[in-house]
Amino acid sequence: MNASLTIVLVAMLGGAIRVSTPFMFVALGECLTEKSGRVNLGLEGTLVMGAMVAYATSYHTGSPWAGVLMAGVAGAFLGAMHGGICSLPKVNDVAVGIAMMLFGTGVAFFFGKPYIQPTAPRLSSIPLGGFTDDLNLKSALDVNPLFFVGIAVALLMAWAFANTRWGLIVRTVGDSAAAAKAMGISVDFVRFLSTALGGFLAGIGGAFLSLSYPGSWNQGLSSGQGLMAVALVIFARWSPTRCVLAALLFGAAGALGPSLQSVGITQGYYFFNAAPYILTLVIMIATSSATRSSRDMPGELSMAK
Amino acid sequence: MSDSAATSPQHSVSASLTPSAGAELIRRVRTNSEYVAIPVFALIVAAIAFGIFLLAIGKSPLDFIDYVWRGGFGTAFSLQNTLQRSAPLILTALCVAIPARIGLIIIGGEGALVLGGFAAAAVSLPLVGGGVPAWLTLPLMFVVAAFVGAIWIAIAGYLKYARGVNETISSLLLTYIGIAIMNFFVEGVLRDLSNPNKPSTKPIGDAYMVGKIPGTDVHWGLLVGIMLAIGLQILMTRTTFGFAARVTGGNYRAALAQGLPVGKIIVACTMIAGACAGIAGFYEVAAIQGRANASLAAGYGFTGILISFLARHNPVAIVPVSILFGGLVAAGGLVQRRMGLPDATVQVLEGLIFIVLLMSETLYGRFAIFRPEAPKERT
Repeated sequence: MNASLTIVLVAMLGGAIRVSTPFMFVALGECLTEKSGRVNLGLEGTLVMGAMVAYATSYHTGSPWAGVLMAGVAGAFLGAMHGGICSLPKVNDVAVGIAMMLFGTGVAFFFGKPYIQPTAPRLSSIPLGGFTDDLNLKSALDVNPLFFVGIAVALLMAWAFANTRWGLIVRTVGDSAAAAKAMGISVDFVRFLSTALGGFLAGIGGAFLSLSYPGSWNQGLSSGQGLMAVALVIFARWSPTRCVLAALLFGAAGALGPSLQSVGITQGYYFFNAAPYILTLVIMIATSSATRSSRDMPGELSMAK
Repeated sequence: MSDSAATSPQHSVSASLTPSAGAELIRRVRTNSEYVAIPVFALIVAAIAFGIFLLAIGKSPLDFIDYVWRGGFGTAFSLQNTLQRSAPLILTALCVAIPARIGLIIIGGEGALVLGGFAAAAVSLPLVGGGVPAWLTLPLMFVVAAFVGAIWIAIAGYLKYARGVNETISSLLLTYIGIAIMNFFVEGVLRDLSNPNKPSTKPIGDAYMVGKIPGTDVHWGLLVGIMLAIGLQILMTRTTFGFAARVTGGNYRAALAQGLPVGKIIVACTMIAGACAGIAGFYEVAAIQGRANASLAAGYGFTGILISFLARHNPVAIVPVSILFGGLVAAGGLVQRRMGLPDATVQVLEGLIFIVLLMSETLYGRFAIFRPEAPKERT
């Protein structure tokens, strides 16, 4: 019994690291966008698009890292679309996000169809489990470099928000558009850039899905990870470093079903698959309040009004 | 409304109401036609953009139009197929439109449809097995589907009211949870073991299927959808409840200050919305599939979001828009086969329409033609 518990825990550790990476990138991208005062619900579409572009690029060029870069570019393009459209007066950013979600997944499935069959070179991971003979632990500690890139980006973002001129500008735009305008900042342009850059990060999250774990391209690749990451930003109270921790928690929840399967517990598989969604909902219920918005919430967010 | 009150008193004194009433009518038509003209314009722009997209990948836009016409509207068969598909679209679009009136963007219609349909199939199993007659079984299935759908969307509404949880995100999460619940049962205890191909519940049997509208090949769901659209239009525009709901959507704080039961209104509107999507699920099970399985999640709920936005969340306007998109969905298969396009083609077009439509929001109030001058006030 104890042995299988260890297996489950080790599998969950490995799963948490693997499953959390796309959450982390999407959440960091959304964090940047929301800090500037807009919500981009379309990151689910960006994630799928990034996955498709990364897989296709890796297949054609043979270089998975080129795929990662192109996924970011495609994500930035979708983000720029969102940012540009929302710059028009009287356009609702939440509704545009829903439209971008449908559009992004639609375009990804449209152009991704020829790539479902072929195998593309995948990202290789760094074996950190050299010290142990335990095969389970070894495979759990095969960590993809993107995981560390994500943590680095989170630290960089946290530092930049607190210490740089650009960080201050983004926060000002997000907290009070009027104050930003008075300072002579173009609110729409800052939000455009933040959304595009947020899309870039989300696209890289998609690249991880198709090039590392699960590591193939198909239409069922992402089911709501992008959307959960948006909810995760609320839970992380708009802090990049807390986004990483929240992503790890979500990763562990996502790894629960497969981990239990690895020791032969297959009953309720679908319920364990639903665990991340239920966890997201429970976390949203626990962290929201009807009467006041979170102290850390950017004041310009449509959710705050 | 102050404009009409400000018309010069000579008119009312000389009892010649007709010209001023006529002018008023023209004014209203001109103002309201903006809400038709701009969405139609957006549709045309999106169609042109999609045409350019097709040309860019080396396909003919004219072929596309031709196949959509033939597959969706051209023959009696295709038209009936279209109407059949527009039934769930009307119902899931209503699931978006009613909450939109109180300022909630609910995108969980797909989940309410799936769970409603599944609940209908699940409740039918013992009834069909026990030989309960169809005239009793079907209404029971209908009520259960509507109830389950209502509860499902009302969760999002209640959480918004009581906890301030973002309803857009929560309703989509509930969709994923709903589909997982159905899969859990359909692949587990309720699985029909005699059907090895696709995990499904036991079929409800031909004797228990919902019939067709006489003289057509279209099931009754279409008529129910249209009746619900009309009924909900009346509810939202002609009743005290509808007025209270619109006040809540227009100015939440004012509604609270007025002492309106905001929480009950939100829960009631989301329950109505969910019931509509649940009923769509009932008809998908009892009139089309005959059982509950993964094909219930066919994307009707997501197309319904677009339809509701195109119809500007107006229940009656949803009906023609749904028929239009029903045709597009129905023609999807033909377009794919004949033009060699992937099955996501319709989704690309829908996404494009949605984006252009939302961009067109910025046009409102910019054209003088829709803004006739109000009658001059007396100096």
